Amino acid sequence: MATNPALSPSGQRRALSWGTPLTYALALAIAAVSITPILYVIIGGFRTTPQIVADPAGLPDPWVWENYARVLGRSNFWQQAFNSGVIALGTTLGVVVLGMAAAFVLARYTFRGREGLYTFFTLGLLFPAGAAILPLYLMLRDLNLINSYYAVILPQVAFQLPLTIVILRPFLSAIPRELEDAAAIDGASRLGFLWRIALPLSRPALVTVGVLAFVASWNAFLLPLLVLGDVNLHTLPLGVQSFSSQYSTDTAGVLAFTSLAMLPALLFFTMAEKQIVGGLQGAVKG
Amino acid sequence: MTSTDQTRFPAGGVSTPPAGHRPAGRASRRAETRRKWYEIVGLTTPAIAVYVMFVLVPMGFAVYYSLYRWRGVGPPTDYVGLRNYTLAFQDPIFLDALRNNAIIVFGSLLIQGPVALGIALLLNRRFRGRALFRLLVFVPYVLAEVTVGIMWKLILVEDGTFDALLKSLGLGGLVQAWLADLDVVIWTLLFILTWKYVGFAIILLLAGLSNVPHELTEAAAIDGASWWQTQRHVTLPLLGPTIRIWAFLSMIGSLQVFDVIWVTSVPAVRSLGASGTMATYMVDNGFFARLWGYGNAVAVILFVISFVAALLFQRFILRRDIEGAITRRAN
Repeated sequence: MATNPALSPSGQRRALSWGTPLTYALALAIAAVSITPILYVIIGGFRTTPQIVADPAGLPDPWVWENYARVLGRSNFWQQAFNSGVIALGTTLGVVVLGMAAAFVLARYTFRGREGLYTFFTLGLLFPAGAAILPLYLMLRDLNLINSYYAVILPQVAFQLPLTIVILRPFLSAIPRELEDAAAIDGASRLGFLWRIALPLSRPALVTVGVLAFVASWNAFLLPLLVLGDVNLHTLPLGVQSFSSQYSTDTAGVLAFTSLAMLPALLFFTMAEKQIVGGLQGAVKG
Repeated sequence: MTSTDQTRFPAGGVSTPPAGHRPAGRASRRAETRRKWYEIVGLTTPAIAVYVMFVLVPMGFAVYYSLYRWRGVGPPTDYVGLRNYTLAFQDPIFLDALRNNAIIVFGSLLIQGPVALGIALLLNRRFRGRALFRLLVFVPYVLAEVTVGIMWKLILVEDGTFDALLKSLGLGGLVQAWLADLDVVIWTLLFILTWKYVGFAIILLLAGLSNVPHELTEAAAIDGASWWQTQRHVTLPLLGPTIRIWAFLSMIGSLQVFDVIWVTSVPAVRSLGASGTMATYMVDNGFFARLWGYGNAVAVILFVISFVAALLFQRFILRRDIEGAITRRAN
């Protein structure tokens, strides 16, 4: 705890000492490597293609808004952002509801086969989901789900369930037994306990699994590539890919499209950084 | 973690009914049990159904389809036994894909591991602005693989930004056809993957570092250990479990890698075996070339390789974390 500056109050004077110049030099170099390419793409979107060809590593001169305006003016971009949003929200909702229900049973009920069921779910973490993409496509085709949001949402919920259950179960187990007894005395059934007490108490864990599911879905490429042949259903990753191959000579346009496509992820990350990082760390510790 | 009900009754405890529960007439207890089972079944069935249907069942179908020569239209009828498997292992492009996967698995472990460890140790030092640096290092990890692929494709294009940068540094001699030269492309891809995923390793290692008791490093410092000595002899040994879990996740991810490879390397380069992985080979042949039976055989191979690797890793390396936590420090 004490080593984490985000959590420790400013009262810890030692935590705020200035590091050695060497520490800063190294940290700056590392930060530069990780964000310069991203800045290049964003700034490159403010140049024109002839500018880029003439001087690939230069700065915009003058700055032009035209590329961004052009991409934002395309109905495709908004359609794709909408599709990504619907699919990511649907996935998140499905994961949270199904994962919470299953994790609640695995945490708060005693029954024969409980640990077996838990192992059955955790096996999914070892399971190489990507390997099953071809038969999954065939199955979705037989179910007539190809070219629908469900074709992406349902498998994504399934892929995400093991991690969700692994994160939620210890959290739900940790709710003191006394709270459940007290609820029972007040006449609440176990389902009442789930709804009125366990659910509100596990909000932080639910936010974490929700954020992880949302980001995974928002960035997904392979599954949508196979099952969303209809361009009107394309998500942003598919949009970026097809825009960049369709207009490959329009470098500035591709840079602008790419930056706009990564903007939501960047904003989302800055807002939910704690949940993403905490969730990944919790998953490993759990 | 263990059963909450059991913790209520210490070993050998008398089995009086718990305080909050309803009086136990035999009939009402039976009704209670039945109700409990309804709840268990009702709450878990949706999750089990979705999980079985979309994760487990498809893999079973893959085994079935892989025994046929089938273009994906109508039911498969042309049974060919294991021929699809023998064909795969005779195809030099598939063997190249296996080699590329091996390069990515070991390259990721050998490069990302030390790099991430160094950065995590650095960012674990106390200095002003550390939180911001941590945030910046994680950014590439959250970007979509496709975005990352296209971004690097634009930067590494011939006579593009990266080449210009090298020339301006007087390193023009190093310029390559980064994504087109058949001998270079896999290393370029390894670099892009490293850039994208090293942040993930750093996140995990920082979590591991925050679990190292502060008293230990302080005690070492009081005993006169330098910062390096403290890291080497106190922190690093305690990070073992975190490093092994990261290595496991990295390995599984590398075996299945698809998105970045697919987006960044053109089909011509992939089809020559210079950059393709098992996953891109599977999708190229199964989905796009419509060799569904063959593609499914590749899927089964990919699955078996990943699953066996995962099990072996669990069995021989992760297991040590449980036993070794105490015994290894004894010597």
